[in-house]
Amino acid sequence: MTRARALLALPLAVFVGIVLLLHAGFGLGRADLLPSALLGKPFPDFDLPTLGGEPASRSRADLLGKVRLVNVWATWCPTCAAEHDELAGIAAETGIGIVGINYKDDPNAARAWLAQRGDPYRFHIVDANGDLGVDLGVYGAPETFVVDADGVIRFKQVGAVTAETWRDSIAPVVVSLREALIQERQR
Amino acid sequence: MTARVARSVAAALCLAATLASASSVVDAFDFDDPALEARYRTLIAELRCPKCLNVNIAGSDAPIASDLRRAVRRMLEEGRSDDEILAHLKERYGNFILYDPPLSAATVLLWATPVLLIVLGLLVLRRIGSRRDAVALTDEERSKLEALGVENP
Repeated sequence: MTRARALLALPLAVFVGIVLLLHAGFGLGRADLLPSALLGKPFPDFDLPTLGGEPASRSRADLLGKVRLVNVWATWCPTCAAEHDELAGIAAETGIGIVGINYKDDPNAARAWLAQRGDPYRFHIVDANGDLGVDLGVYGAPETFVVDADGVIRFKQVGAVTAETWRDSIAPVVVSLREALIQERQR
Repeated sequence: MTARVARSVAAALCLAATLASASSVVDAFDFDDPALEARYRTLIAELRCPKCLNVNIAGSDAPIASDLRRAVRRMLEEGRSDDEILAHLKERYGNFILYDPPLSAATVLLWATPVLLIVLGLLVLRRIGSRRDAVALTDEERSKLEALGVENP
């Protein structure tokens, strides 16, 4: 008898189990955020045009020697517009060089956008067909990479850089990389 | 009669539309080597579009899927092996991009769950079967069923 009663409770137990499992799924983070597979790996080689001016092209060597942010953006990307002021603020406040990768965009539209909103970037790389994007594991814009002085990717932010993401996740990485660089140079 | 014809035509059109949308997106890629093209078709069917969450890059017309197809084609033409191409993309996009993820600590549940469910189902079936054999009708139940017209209950 008690056994039959226990069996009656089984469906409920299974249901509760499934609910708990699915609930745990919420804690795993956003399903649309892919794990950053390139962390600790060198920034890929590239040789791509700029948005005009001198020099006419940029390569990986231009990234080396300093801790930098590399921001993948486009004029077709509304979130990029939202993070634009934040990037300008970060550049002004910390003096960090932000390199812009204009991703699958129209260069004329990009120049007009920068003329209108201001240009927070140290220099520009034009990835018109998205090949550098594929090499970087980019699957949307904006994405922002922290690249150390040796050209190694140390952090990747998928989606907008906001005051919160900067303060909580990106700035600590930048600060520790800069401190490590200063210590290395003093030696 | 005409209504029936019209209905069949409409049904056929719906079916055609469904089949058309289910077929893969085709790029204007023509390979000189049919073997290379076959490998290309297999690879893009095995790779998952990172932006669209549940479509392979063969079936997605998202810009990123088209970029990835171009990358696969370029690497094939450079003479890289299938494994090298998958490894190259996995290095950038992680296991997420593989529709056939390797067995690891993170995916063991994914691989083991179907087997566990089948085993569980078989156990339940066996249990139900054995219980059905064990339960016999009482004389009272038998006479009630006979009264209702059931032969040899």
